[in-house]
Amino acid sequence: MIQISSKKVRILVAKPGLDGHDRGARVVARGLRDAGFEVIYTGLHQTPEQVAETALQEDVDVVGLSILSGAHMTLVPRIKKMLADNGMNDVLMVVGGIIPEEDAEELIKCGNADKVFNPGEPLETITGYIKSKF
Amino acid sequence: MQDLVAELLKGNRRAAARLISLVENDDPQKRELLKGVYPHTGNAYLIGITGAPGSGKSSLVDWLLKQMRKDGLTVGVIAVDPTSPFSGGAILGDRIRMQDHALDNDVFIRSMGTRGSLGGLSRATREAIQVLDAFGKDIILIETVGVGQSEVDIVKTADSTVVVLTPAGGDSVQTIKAGIMEIADIFVINKSDLPGADRTETEINMMLDMKKSKAWRPPVVPTVSVNNEGIAELWNSIQEHRSHMEESGRLLEIRRERVKRELTEQVEYLVKNRIWERVKEEIEFDSLVEKIVHREQDPYSTAGDLLAKINFYERETGEGG
Ligand SMILES: Nc1nc2c(ncn2[C@@H]2O[C@H](COP(=O)(O)OP(=O)(O)OP(=O)(O)O)[C@@H](O)[C@H]2O)c(=O)[nH]1
Ligand SMILES: [Mg+2]
Repeated sequence: MIQISSKKVRILVAKPGLDGHDRGARVVARGLRDAGFEVIYTGLHQTPEQVAETALQEDVDVVGLSILSGAHMTLVPRIKKMLADNGMNDVLMVVGGIIPEEDAEELIKCGNADKVFNPGEPLETITGYIKSKF
Repeated sequence: MQDLVAELLKGNRRAAARLISLVENDDPQKRELLKGVYPHTGNAYLIGITGAPGSGKSSLVDWLLKQMRKDGLTVGVIAVDPTSPFSGGAILGDRIRMQDHALDNDVFIRSMGTRGSLGGLSRATREAIQVLDAFGKDIILIETVGVGQSEVDIVKTADSTVVVLTPAGGDSVQTIKAGIMEIADIFVINKSDLPGADRTETEINMMLDMKKSKAWRPPVVPTVSVNNEGIAELWNSIQEHRSHMEESGRLLEIRRERVKRELTEQVEYLVKNRIWERVKEEIEFDSLVEKIVHREQDPYSTAGDLLAKINFYERETGEGG
């Protein structure tokens, strides 16, 4: 049958923690949409539990966390663990925010994140990275 | 794979989510899976919520969820947002308004993009509904932007349809799309805190009163979904409509219609699939296209010849097609 495959890569863009604005996350969400991804966007102030549960119900392939509060070393591992507890170990974890080099290395080394992006990274770098994984 | 269905029936949320993805992606195993799901469907009551972009549908769903949960009902939500025709991507943002229910085990929310294929959306939505129905949800809410035919089609799969309007401001309600007026079982005028709400309400009521009397006269419910105003009334109206549907036998009737459509679609799907498989195996489709492009053949006789060649039907002799 002549049919276009309808499989789409689904990405949860979430802002866990208490920091106050989501401009950056919105820009990334739009960039991902324009690159052909399905973006589930949940707004500000998500708890790790909410992020993990949303990822589960939406059956996403990628979780993108935007963290500007400095709490990445607690938030990212907690969310990763909750995802794993839900049987979602293979979800691609991408983190964006103001994250020092050592922290980024540590997150990746411990398997809590697959990739870390800093603010100001061109959108194409992010979309290109995710595309390369699927 | 059948394990997924067993897990779904046990109440496993991950299984529900995976199954919805498989049907949405038109997975080759989809039909097998839906066969396992189907016997467990038919218990949920389906409520469609449609209206213009930004009219307040998601905020209303959020409040309705609160009402339903207070009544002890479990709820599934399918929230549909448009896919960008340019990139094929989408931003699915309805959940933002429903975050209070994110950790409620008795609420399951799933966002879907329209993904473009004609008729494909209503099929995918219907199949996702079946999954949530078998999952054991008492109510399934379907939020769609009421702009195109495919959205109207989705709403046709609902047992009760709520159409969300907003105060028309300077415009008259006459400009409301005709197709939308017809499908409403209940009208909501959301954002009734804005000017013009009374006038909009009056105009809709007048329009409804001009219609020949039907068994059900759609009520018009003003709401302010940001302040929880009118939500109890809306929930009441939905329940009244449900009683009407059940007691009048209408519910059985529309569900029968729905099954008829589903069966027809399945037959057509299988026939189409079979034909294209055979065509792919036996026919050089592209070379036929070339011949038609160069006007060596016409598409009308070529289609007939092609089907005759795969023995799908007798070659046409005379007229017709
Ligand atoms: N003034 C006023 N604003 C409202 C009301 N209800 C919703 N809004 C606002 O309208 C905007 C859209 O609300 P949503 O609930 O997201 O509307 P929607 O119909 O789901 O939007 P889409 O899914 O994008 O089509 C938000 O900014 C709400 O705060 C209301 O009763 N009064
Ligand atoms: Mg919405």
